[in-house]
Amino acid sequence: MANRVWAYVDQFKSQALLASWEVVFTGRKLADQLGSGLTVLVIGSHLDALAKAAIEYGADEVLLVDDPSLEDYRASPYAAALAGAVGENKLDIFLFPTTTRGREVAGMAAIDLNTGVLVDVTEIKLDGDKVTAIRPVYAGKLLSEVVCNAKPQLVTLRGRAFEKPVPDAGRTGTVTKLPTVMAEDEIKLKVTGYQAAEGGVSLTDASVIVSGGRGTSNNSAEPPAEITDESEKEIWKAQQGFILINDLASVLDGAVGASRAAVDAGYVPYVHQVGQTGKVVSPDLYIACGISGAIQHLAGMRSSKVIVAINKDPEAPIFKYARFGVVGDLYKILPPLTAAMKERLEK
Amino acid sequence: MKIIVCVKQVPDSAAAMSVEDGKISWGDAPLVINPWDEYAVEAALRLTEAQGGDVIALSLGDENAKEAIKHALAMGCSEAILVNDPAMAGADTQAVARVLAAAIQKIGGADIVVFGKQAIDSDVGATPSMVARLLGWPAVTLVSEIVECTQSEIKASRAMEEGRQQVAAELPVVLSIVKDYGEPRYPSFMGIRKAARASVPEWTVADTGIDLPSAVVTWPNVMAPPEREVTNEIIEGSNPEEIAAKLADKIMEEKVL
Repeated sequence: MANRVWAYVDQFKSQALLASWEVVFTGRKLADQLGSGLTVLVIGSHLDALAKAAIEYGADEVLLVDDPSLEDYRASPYAAALAGAVGENKLDIFLFPTTTRGREVAGMAAIDLNTGVLVDVTEIKLDGDKVTAIRPVYAGKLLSEVVCNAKPQLVTLRGRAFEKPVPDAGRTGTVTKLPTVMAEDEIKLKVTGYQAAEGGVSLTDASVIVSGGRGTSNNSAEPPAEITDESEKEIWKAQQGFILINDLASVLDGAVGASRAAVDAGYVPYVHQVGQTGKVVSPDLYIACGISGAIQHLAGMRSSKVIVAINKDPEAPIFKYARFGVVGDLYKILPPLTAAMKERLEK
Repeated sequence: MKIIVCVKQVPDSAAAMSVEDGKISWGDAPLVINPWDEYAVEAALRLTEAQGGDVIALSLGDENAKEAIKHALAMGCSEAILVNDPAMAGADTQAVARVLAAAIQKIGGADIVVFGKQAIDSDVGATPSMVARLLGWPAVTLVSEIVECTQSEIKASRAMEEGRQQVAAELPVVLSIVKDYGEPRYPSFMGIRKAARASVPEWTVADTGIDLPSAVVTWPNVMAPPEREVTNEIIEGSNPEEIAAKLADKIMEEKVL
């Protein structure tokens, strides 16, 4: 009998994103509660190592759609492969990671399987086979309870919101290869290349984030004489602060974040933006430097476990959310803080 | 080239949200065009500026959605359509996608349909891919750069976790645009005047030619997030080195590293 709980593994170049194993591990728990097995679906190319890992993280059955035409992620053939794998199987719950690809594939699956999708949930409760999930809305300013009144109930899980997956090398399971569904000439999209992200840890995966705001431009150092434009001067000044922020982030194996004000002023690129129109993050440690704490920024980071704020203005709203605050100049505090952390972490 | 850009009305991102009597409230904050959708409008306008053609703004919502539509018109869209049907109150993403896809067909299709990355109210971000699936068109989501666009093909970069994926897709196509694409223009004075005078046809769901899709996803409860009990502790000292050392010890004590 087919399993009633399924999980989808998102991979890139045959490597699973960590959020995928959180999904498999959570799927295992839900399957146990329902007295069902867990089926894990992986779509891509060269997937044998992933199949083995999926079993270690909790799969009883692994379905692989493994074909050279699926090497690069493309929405249509992936969605078609997923719909083909589900076929006539009657499942209750299908979990996905909320990655860029996971979100997209799940959305398309909702159309193909004539159901709905609960996106980016942070909590799941089971009542019989019925899922009630909690998801942040308005970038976490509010929480919404959501249910899907059709089956399968498609759910994408927010990364780092569920239990940390632990592999068990002793587990066993079956691996079945399924045929690919779309022929290359039916696919109206080609992948022509990749440009790797600039170095550094990505914000969504980071367990530590060091962020900078407008306050980084509050720098007494003078820019080199060849910079004459006022806004270029300001950017230069702020970027010296982001160098210090990057130094601390490197020592902590963390990512560099920024407020919208810092991004809009051109200090750092948009990939670093935390907040309602940037990334919503929830690291274990968030160090805000020269960030006053606008409501849009707070919405994007307030669920961080420990918040540290360094700001010259004692009235800055960020201090209300901070476990530890330093009222002071980030240019004076950051270098000794980086040195002190380096010493304590024995780096 | 015919482009349809889908826009949504949302509470301003600066709004402090609350729940009153089980209903979501944004206080006296204004309703604005979804900030992500401004990038979508910008991309649509730049495409027609390069290729020739028109941009139609399409929105699903009530009377309030007119502000989002006016903004899109003021930025330079040539016409707009509002699907306004009280039966769509409480609609979920797939129901919205079905109505938008039907409206797009009713308009007579398009070469390109453009969306913002997601709406900042519901934060679902699945409408573009669902609409693409319903139309049977390629979905090129999270576009950070449009490299080239001809009458038959678009080349674009997509922002993914690992960096940028470069793709080439046959038209017609559904795009969603991210902020890296480039700053949206401000509405011009002439644009605002034109938008104020524009008449916006209103359609019901039946006008789009489909039966009312039912909501599959419902949200029985909305609540404020639990108050976080944070003990604030200000670290002080006689010099930055002393403050830094104290703060470093405190961070280590939290055992988050």
